[in-house]
Amino acid sequence: MTNTKLSLQDIILTLQQYWAQQGANLMQAYDNEVGAGTQSPYTFLRANGPEPWNAAYVQPSRRPADGRYGDNPNRLFQHHQFQVVMKPSPSNIQELYLGSLEALGIKPLEHDIRFVEDNWENPSMGAAGIGWEVWLDGMEVTQFTYFQQVGGIEVDSVTAEVTYGLERLASYIQDVPTVYDLEWGNGVLYGDIFKEPEYEHSKYAFEESNQELLLKHFDEFEEEATHLLALGLVHPAYDYILKSSHVFNLLDARGTVSVTERAGYLHRIRTMARRVSSVFIEERAKLGFPLLKDAVLRDKYLGSKGKYAPKEGK
Amino acid sequence: MSTFLLEIGLEEVPAHLVTSSRIQLVERTTTFLAAHHLSVEQIKAYATPRRLAVQLINVAEQSEALSEEKRGPSIERAKDDNGGWTKAAQGFARGQGATPDDFEEREGYVWLTKRTPGISASEILAKIGDEVVMQMKFTTYMKWANNDFLYVRPIRWVVALLDSDVINFNVLEVKTGRVTRGHRFLSNEHIEIPDAASYVETLQAQYVIADADARKSKIRTQLETIATQNNWLLNLESSAAEDLLEEVNNIVEWPTAFSGNFDNKYLELPDEVLMTSMREHQRFFYVTDETGKLLPHFLSVRNGNVENIDNVVAGNEKVLVARLEDAEFFYHEDQQKTIAENMEKVKKLVFHEKIGTVYEHMQRVGVLSKTLARALNFDDVKKNDLARASEIYKFDLMTGMVGEFDELQGIMGEHYAKLFGESDAVAIAIKEHYMPTSATGKIATTDVGAVLSIADKLDTIVTFFSANLIPSGSNDPYGLRRAATGIVRTLQDKQWHVALKPLLVNYVKSTGSVTKNANLSAIIEFILDRVRKLTLDNGIRQDIVAAGTTQTDDIDIVNIAARTQVLSKHLNDVDFRDIIEALTRVSRLAGKVETDNRDVDANLFENQSEEALFSATKAINLQTINSQSSEDVYRSLSGLQDVISNYFNATMVNVDNEVVKNNRYAQLHQISDLISELGDLEKIVIK
Repeated sequence: MTNTKLSLQDIILTLQQYWAQQGANLMQAYDNEVGAGTQSPYTFLRANGPEPWNAAYVQPSRRPADGRYGDNPNRLFQHHQFQVVMKPSPSNIQELYLGSLEALGIKPLEHDIRFVEDNWENPSMGAAGIGWEVWLDGMEVTQFTYFQQVGGIEVDSVTAEVTYGLERLASYIQDVPTVYDLEWGNGVLYGDIFKEPEYEHSKYAFEESNQELLLKHFDEFEEEATHLLALGLVHPAYDYILKSSHVFNLLDARGTVSVTERAGYLHRIRTMARRVSSVFIEERAKLGFPLLKDAVLRDKYLGSKGKYAPKEGK
Repeated sequence: MSTFLLEIGLEEVPAHLVTSSRIQLVERTTTFLAAHHLSVEQIKAYATPRRLAVQLINVAEQSEALSEEKRGPSIERAKDDNGGWTKAAQGFARGQGATPDDFEEREGYVWLTKRTPGISASEILAKIGDEVVMQMKFTTYMKWANNDFLYVRPIRWVVALLDSDVINFNVLEVKTGRVTRGHRFLSNEHIEIPDAASYVETLQAQYVIADADARKSKIRTQLETIATQNNWLLNLESSAAEDLLEEVNNIVEWPTAFSGNFDNKYLELPDEVLMTSMREHQRFFYVTDETGKLLPHFLSVRNGNVENIDNVVAGNEKVLVARLEDAEFFYHEDQQKTIAENMEKVKKLVFHEKIGTVYEHMQRVGVLSKTLARALNFDDVKKNDLARASEIYKFDLMTGMVGEFDELQGIMGEHYAKLFGESDAVAIAIKEHYMPTSATGKIATTDVGAVLSIADKLDTIVTFFSANLIPSGSNDPYGLRRAATGIVRTLQDKQWHVALKPLLVNYVKSTGSVTKNANLSAIIEFILDRVRKLTLDNGIRQDIVAAGTTQTDDIDIVNIAARTQVLSKHLNDVDFRDIIEALTRVSRLAGKVETDNRDVDANLFENQSEEALFSATKAINLQTINSQSSEDVYRSLSGLQDVISNYFNATMVNVDNEVVKNNRYAQLHQISDLISELGDLEKIVIK
């Protein structure tokens, strides 16, 4: 395998450095509970509309139902994704990705790297994409997606999303039997940091969560999000959508959401996700899509016959 | 004569679309060349995950020159009294882009010959981008960057060479050129193809085998060589192995086969678990000893050469072992939980949000399978096995193994059921209730398994229809069509004469709200549609299928399928036309007067032909008609042909005497009832 075994934080630093050089802006992990890097507003919201956007960030991602009390070698309540989004998708995005593996010391000629078809869909966020999972000597280390639809809206400009599962990648690089044996950095192990929270979060999500409280929160968060959407306050509204999504995941992990209720909750989240996408585009259009510099595209979208042409009298 | 090369460079195309896309590219190119009258001697096709290409051998220098004659107005109408051209003649010339000077006078008309000169190959081939590349259709589409155009994967380069010259055109923002790409890692991004004829060699030198068949046979040889060297048996002939070989072939450009090992201890796992882990999850080929026992080795194919293959082997072994380690954990864990404990959990498992739980579904299936067992005269042993199987047949859904390997549902059920001491019949039925799992998949072999399979599928169809989750168009997310096909194929295979209609009527009555909105006649049509599809697929003529598969009182699928076969079998008999005409004459006339009266009074006969028809009909044993085979019914009825003709020649049915008339209608209805045993013969097209 590799000669020097990068610690998990070395991997993060390397990827950040690499993608910053490729023109991605380094964002910070979003400060709200999310289930995946895609749910961060730096991906979900920015994927809508015609504006270019290049970003990279680490996103701790919570999946209550995957919690295993810190016992399972691979399954985690919370794992870490390294997320890269480039919009519009560059023509050499695959080569850029392969370059990132080289930066990590994974030389393609010393391994077998394949792009295996895998299309991605997140129905509750109205999002779908086409792409591959990347296999490194038989192990899936990255999800590669060209977004086609976000928030139920067909995208104007396609975002290429590259999502590395950091624990998996690190397990491959460090060649350890369980995630808890990974070195985070400076001799401190992943288990030293996360084993206890994994146990506690699992215990909480599966046994101790307060159902009534969570159900009440869901309703309140939804009400707040709807209220904020009506005011065009996209970002606070989106925060409440994320909160309701996380609360639903907690309820679902507990396994007490009844059949019909489950469908109902998912529908409510989806409805909000659709609304927030269209309000986001409206608000960006009002600002004149400041990140869109290309004259031809500005005309295509904002010109008198453009898709987002300013309405008369405004 | 020249050679032309078109190569479409793509990001990795899904493996299952590579071959079909290559075939499509050839078809579209063929159509394109024909439309432009450009002749070529041969079209060679190439495909890898990253490229689709055609090479046209011996392309003509230009398209065929065409001349086409058009007839204009008659000379009489074309010339006025002074011999000048009339408006009609001038109009004709104008319409053809000519002048009257070009007219030729012949056979009393004026004629124009329209000549289209040949167009150079390079001019025609410059259109191949718009007319072939951009027109390709796929089952998966995507857009990329700021394009609105949809394609299977992003187009990254296009090579178009006529001999050594680039044919210039654009596909989206991609300009054609002579630059291709070699192997993703063993070559580099800028490879020039000197001329169209040296495509294969150029790529070969860059570690790409463009010819899909050549690549596949190389993989096959490499795999077989390793197997032979190690004394392992490798079966590449099974359909699953062929599918895997096809898939592997379409994810590599430069294959190098390798073998890997895993610890002996994992061989205690059920074979299906090992095979699924290797084949489905990792795209590995498994190997056996000469007795067919799995060996702790696997074969796989790298997209690259042999350098550093140790890393690849080690990595793949590690991934497989992680999977097997999980599987082994589940295998032991699962055996700690009884079937009853798992069934407790099934009570909470959702069948469909709008329908209810799997447990409720199982209970309904239990009732339905009991009814079926009675109708099929099962003995007590089978009845008991069926009852037990229906109580537990979904328990394995709650096991860790099926949670992790969902394709092993049923298979693990059988395995664990045996471990827990269930009878073989019960265990096998658990596996078989899923069968057939595809349109051509294997059918349940045991009677208990077959009944459970039919009952499970029937309940699924009825409850989904009741919940208005009905397939439409090509959209069948719950596989209801496959389920219906499974019912039809199983009944036919077992030759079980089940009266589906009364069965379903009683079933819906007894199940309550979950089936209350089910439209039974729509469900029966849905199932009959599958019979139609299957018979059409067997090459039976459309009108015969329509005639044979009309609804009956009982809906016995075996009979319906059999009578359709019988009609088809006799289609080419010399007397088929006359027989059908005679029979449909009877049923058409009978259909004009609705009556329940079937009692014929011989004393009311007025001529010999009536007498003859009466006794001929009587000779067909009406009481046992239901148990006669469709072939026997057809033969009996075909024997009536002459008697019927004589009857209609000698007898007027619609007479004034009501009593005589009604008697004759009773006779016709008797025969018409018999005829309807064969279907609706009026649907047969007699030529």
